[in-house]
Amino acid sequence: MNNTLTLSRRSFLKVTSLAGGGLMLGFHATAAGDLLTDAAELFEPNAYVKISAEGVITILAPNPELGQGVRTTLPMIVAEELDVDWNTIAIEQTPLNTKLYERQVAGGSGAVRSSWDSFRKGGAAARQMLLEAAAKKWNVNVSECRTDKGFVLHPGSGKKASYGELASTAATLEIPKEIKLKDPADYKIIGTRQRSVDNKGIITGKAKYGFDIKREGMLYAMLARPTFGKKLKSFDDKAARAVIGVKNVVQHGSSIAVLATSTWAAKKGRDALKIEWEDEAPLESTSDYTHAFAKMIQQRSDAPKRNDGDVDQAFAGAAKILETTFEAPFLPHAPMEPMCYFADVRDDAADLFGPSQTPARTRSDVARAIGLAEDKITVGMSHQGGGFGRRLQADYSVEAAMVSKLAKAPVLVLWTREDDMQGGFYRPAGLYKYRAAISANKELIGWHMNAAATNTGNAARENSFPAGAVPNFRVDSHNHQSKITVGAWRAPNHNFIAYTEESFIDEIAHELGKDPVAFRLELLERARKNPTGSVGYDVDKYIGVVKLAAEMGNWGKQGVNGIYKGFGAHYSFGTYVAQVADVSVIGNKIKVHKIYAAVDCGRVINPLGAEKQLEGGIIDGLGHALYGELTFDKGVVNQKNFNSYKMIRIQDTPDIEVRFIQSDAHPQGLGEPGLPPTGAAVANAIFAATGKRLKKQPFDLRVDIG
Amino acid sequence: MASFTLNINNRNYTIEADPRMPLLWAIRDLVGLTGTKFGCGIAQCGACTIHLNGNPVRSCSLPVSAAANQKITTIEGLSEDNSHPVQQAWIQEQVPQCGYCQSGQIMAAAALISRIPNPTDKDIDAAMQGLICRCGTYTRIRKAIKTAASLSTTKASNQ
Repeated sequence: MNNTLTLSRRSFLKVTSLAGGGLMLGFHATAAGDLLTDAAELFEPNAYVKISAEGVITILAPNPELGQGVRTTLPMIVAEELDVDWNTIAIEQTPLNTKLYERQVAGGSGAVRSSWDSFRKGGAAARQMLLEAAAKKWNVNVSECRTDKGFVLHPGSGKKASYGELASTAATLEIPKEIKLKDPADYKIIGTRQRSVDNKGIITGKAKYGFDIKREGMLYAMLARPTFGKKLKSFDDKAARAVIGVKNVVQHGSSIAVLATSTWAAKKGRDALKIEWEDEAPLESTSDYTHAFAKMIQQRSDAPKRNDGDVDQAFAGAAKILETTFEAPFLPHAPMEPMCYFADVRDDAADLFGPSQTPARTRSDVARAIGLAEDKITVGMSHQGGGFGRRLQADYSVEAAMVSKLAKAPVLVLWTREDDMQGGFYRPAGLYKYRAAISANKELIGWHMNAAATNTGNAARENSFPAGAVPNFRVDSHNHQSKITVGAWRAPNHNFIAYTEESFIDEIAHELGKDPVAFRLELLERARKNPTGSVGYDVDKYIGVVKLAAEMGNWGKQGVNGIYKGFGAHYSFGTYVAQVADVSVIGNKIKVHKIYAAVDCGRVINPLGAEKQLEGGIIDGLGHALYGELTFDKGVVNQKNFNSYKMIRIQDTPDIEVRFIQSDAHPQGLGEPGLPPTGAAVANAIFAATGKRLKKQPFDLRVDIG
Repeated sequence: MASFTLNINNRNYTIEADPRMPLLWAIRDLVGLTGTKFGCGIAQCGACTIHLNGNPVRSCSLPVSAAANQKITTIEGLSEDNSHPVQQAWIQEQVPQCGYCQSGQIMAAAALISRIPNPTDKDIDAAMQGLICRCGTYTRIRKAIKTAASLSTTKASNQ
């Protein structure tokens, strides 16, 4: 393995002297060349590593943290290459800085897999400069020096200096042209179980979330917003303004904001608005879009997403055809902290602060809305009460900025749970039809998926397994346009498609009289030895997790003590996950006892954090398969709060056992891949227990669809 | 508007508030203690759980007037140095992910183990089913409650 990276012309490394004589090092791997002009600036407050002359070593954490653990994981990577004692360093969340950091995004399970090299280089470059500073100071050859936990040592002379003592000298040195990374065999931090750096703040109530923001002169704001298909006709704010504590009422588009000195006054004022709405589009109810989907999947699309072989011929010659349709409801993200955002927009500058999965998009969308240049806008990141994709949108931050601009005051816009449930950007509703052609000699020879979903350019995942393993394979996708807005929701498309694909594979296996795990392995072997078209997954890794999960879950033994097993596997965000679910069914009651998960995500940075992401993903997948459903009546959500929108709770939570395949490969995603296989594993176990195939989420055994 | 004295974490705060203002907003906006969280506003998620005279209560659904002159404990007052067995167990088992619901979970768990020093799984289900964790930390919550129970038993036997 070559651990030396040469800086390309487009790379950008910068060193900054700190006040009081310290070193700050920033690294940007993909920026345009013009950023090089910034290298001469002093006191730029953002980087990966900050070392003060007093010896305080700070690792900066640039990515938005919403529970996925990046504020711990990414600094671990820097600390490893810097060679410091993990227990002695400080960690600091940075604000948005697109000049220094390449991807301040929480989405696509992408923080570690896209920034692995940058973070390693940031730490390694700083270490190299500290080594050179020591060599210069001691007048010895740098190759004779080594580092150990925050010190540079020269074993020949017995000299030793802390990073703090060397920081000011290091800051005067040239940036190394070649950065040598550690041999992974020498890792002391990466691969070890490290506790979250945020937990102390959380368990004492000191961690500050978006709802907790308080600034001088700030007003709390709540808004009345139109439901889907409506717009504002007129409003009367007399009663709202009469509420004690209400300071202002402003109109932003079709929404009306009430600003007050407390959350309660803002809510009372908002609820006291007299508003007349009018229709601007047909008002959609659940039966409208489900009927639209049903019509769409009778047709083929003009441009199939994938079309291997000839499905028509395969189905014409089939000895048996299986057909199944799966139905997905809309799902709200429902993070525990509803949407909220702080904005202080002035004539010449603006400060934004709060939870966001994409502060860069927040800044550019706000800049456009309020008519200020991006460099006049600061964006800070608070703790975030979950996101699940909802905070990839900038609707709520743009709204806060507009309210601040219109009211000429710093504001914290807060959403109630009801506002949040009606607030849109949901996981799309959809309908997914599958057909399988079985030959006379019991081979799967044809596969046709036909999907329709709301406001989605591609409702399918056409290269997902078993694509590549079936000689005639076609995927069609249809888009139903709607006023109901959709967006990324943890493991977009994968979150439902894995359930449909893996349920259908189970159904085919049973039809063929084959063991579902053996059948998957047979298809995977086919994808390796005799692939059709491109194969969008690594067959060996796929087989690795399928076999490990089967072993962990004692696959093959059905009905022992009333427990039935189901299998599900899926590849997403670079990571392979296979799961076995242990389920019992008494009457109509589904009880999930345990989920076993085998995971190949490449190198695991923090096994403790990685386990937690898998546990969370599995509970998320299970909870929504059992309970999640958002329906509409004329553009208005029927489930307005947690009394009618059911979520998984502690008494429904199974035991979970997670194992990771040992790997030295490039680290991959973990925030999302745990979720997709769970619904299928549980549905397949329910089939094993009852003979009923569940074709709709949330699962309902009272509906006889077997 | 009326004047109320709230005894929170053994300290008195005098506030002016609409008597119907939920205690949650009085604690957060008027007193300035933001560890207690808003999640649903209708006592369905438990993020706002505090102790009122030692009992777990959803502060989002209790008018401030009903809490005046009673003993209120919030997450900030659970211990002075993170030493409450539930806080220690939460660290030991590394429960939180996003952390937003955890103040409520910790307050509910603390009330549970003060009432039932060694809770069974059924006791835990009964005491904790009113709380939602969207990140899915439930398996660790269950484990941490058992850890907290054993930590507090050890503590008690050492005294």
